[in-house]
Amino acid sequence: MSKERQSAYWKANLRLVAILLSIWFVVSYGCGILLVDFLDQFQFAGFPLGFWFAQQGSIYVFVVLIFVYVRMMNRMDREHDVHED
Amino acid sequence: MSVQAWTYLIVGLTFALYIGIAIWSRVGTTKEYYVAGTGVHPVANGMATAADWMSAASFISMAGLISFIGRDGAVYLMGWTGGYVLLALLLAPYLRKFGKYTVPDFIGDRYYSDTARLVAVVCAIFVSFTYVAGQMRGVGIVFSRFLEVPINTGVMIGMGIVFLYAVLGGMKGITYTQVAQYCVLIFAYMVPAIFISLLMTGHVLPQTGFGADLVGSGEHLLDKLNGLSTELGFAEYTAGTKSMIDVFCITAALMVGTAGLPHVIVRFFTVPKVSDARKSAGWALLFIAILYTTAPAVAAFARVNMIETINGKDMQGVVATEAPSWINNWSKTGLIKWEDKNGDGRMFYAKDDRNEMTIDRDIMVLANPEIANLPAWVIALVAAGGLAAALSTAAGLLLVISSAISHDLLKKMILPNITEKQELLYARIAVAIAVTIAGLLGIYPPAFVAQVVAFAFGLAAASFFPAIILGVFDKRANMQGAISGMVVGIVFTAGYIIYFKFVNPAANTADNWLWGISPEGIGTIGMLLNIVVTYAISHMTAPPPEHIQELVDHIRVPRGAGAATHT
Repeated sequence: MSKERQSAYWKANLRLVAILLSIWFVVSYGCGILLVDFLDQFQFAGFPLGFWFAQQGSIYVFVVLIFVYVRMMNRMDREHDVHED
Repeated sequence: MSVQAWTYLIVGLTFALYIGIAIWSRVGTTKEYYVAGTGVHPVANGMATAADWMSAASFISMAGLISFIGRDGAVYLMGWTGGYVLLALLLAPYLRKFGKYTVPDFIGDRYYSDTARLVAVVCAIFVSFTYVAGQMRGVGIVFSRFLEVPINTGVMIGMGIVFLYAVLGGMKGITYTQVAQYCVLIFAYMVPAIFISLLMTGHVLPQTGFGADLVGSGEHLLDKLNGLSTELGFAEYTAGTKSMIDVFCITAALMVGTAGLPHVIVRFFTVPKVSDARKSAGWALLFIAILYTTAPAVAAFARVNMIETINGKDMQGVVATEAPSWINNWSKTGLIKWEDKNGDGRMFYAKDDRNEMTIDRDIMVLANPEIANLPAWVIALVAAGGLAAALSTAAGLLLVISSAISHDLLKKMILPNITEKQELLYARIAVAIAVTIAGLLGIYPPAFVAQVVAFAFGLAAASFFPAIILGVFDKRANMQGAISGMVVGIVFTAGYIIYFKFVNPAANTADNWLWGISPEGIGTIGMLLNIVVTYAISHMTAPPPEHIQELVDHIRVPRGAGAATHT
């Protein structure tokens, strides 16, 4: 496998990871910790919004993030012809 | 049938199942023993990881803990789930591609150094023993409370079961018993939670019932809880009391620690392919999230229930002689105590000097079915679930200890010439010894068990996590950098925790903490220090040899993973 192709794959991978980890940071540390008091003035499904992010919402987002990552990486592996089998 | 008869029946059935799996999954090679022959289906591995991860603490203690601290409980909820995103995106696929057996394997090979390997072995063993002591204790406690056998007998029965499937089946036996244990524990957790949610809010899902109105009064659950809390002198349930920086650092230390715990990482070595490692991290977190999104709901329900049963609906205190039977039942175990300070014969629970109750947080999950008047078989189920959670985690930890000794220490460093058969024998001897030590720690619990949990996460965060991440993402990271980074991270984190927990516990208050960060959260700073030191020293010294840089290129692409090897 050529060096160029490998580095293109790695860059695309890093970009995806950076985007997903930004979301990861925003929902947990952002909405659940840093902005929690501000968000608590809004109501969501019967919860103060910040409290909901801290005890429920961030966990749901985490699960979704991993499955999105799995899908995107499988596609990216094929595009760059580095997939298994 | 009585609660006890139900408990014997359900616990007996689950134990018979675990023993059956142990006999079915006997192994004959080191590859099967260490990584289940890399043949585990990603969904099965997800379940096994979930059971491996969710310990007696998650099952028995977490909801109670949240119940007493309200919103700040989010540090555990986010901290013990968010790490899986890091695992899936930054570690699991690459370690699977690397394709060896253990975490010290990776550290030792990537940093071409037996010193680095030894540091990793010592950390892996220390972290795992710290953790396993708590599990064995949990087994003993469940036995003594539900089956009324002495704690020590309970610990021995638990040891016997783990011994059987860990020695016979190694990782393969552990994996498939963990799958069964996940099913038992999640069923046991969800049934009472759903019952209580239905009773209190009419919602089937505790996750939505948590934000709903109470059946009967029509009052909003969280409003009611906030009202009760302020009335009794506690902080509002939906408001925090810890400082923001401490919440931030504890959450980060737990997340990064989770992603650095060897018994969790090694589970991703057992799947056939790199893409399976990613997928199975997703399944693992989904299975974990079912319990972790239910726990805060259980915490809120249980708190309202508990306050109302003790203080009465009218907040005058319930006359002790008319108290519900669970208070009496659990007084015997010492988990709840009443001291009639004002001599009026009524119980009262509050934050201020009206308080007459001492309540252990574990009671919130253990007695919850009784508090809500659920049928006897549900109470029995909670016992089986608590045992499943403790045993599955203990087994995963014991395997890490055993492979660190037989594979990393003996085969890789001290006795490189032993045959595979001998290595397998040593692995079995090591696990047998580890089970015995774990059992002894359960029978004679060192007073500091609860104090050292922060250690396990802090050390995993400050040692393994940066070494692995930089090993994959920074090709320039070298032996000198990694070793200095790990040593600085460990010494700093361990020093801080030892100082505040053991040397000078009286000083363990926010005023004395570095930037207001508690010992629980200090692993975050240790991790950052490790990263900075590793990076700086690596870039000041010679780059790693050519073949190591090729190894890094190799693990960055999925193709060609093949089977895990020990060459």
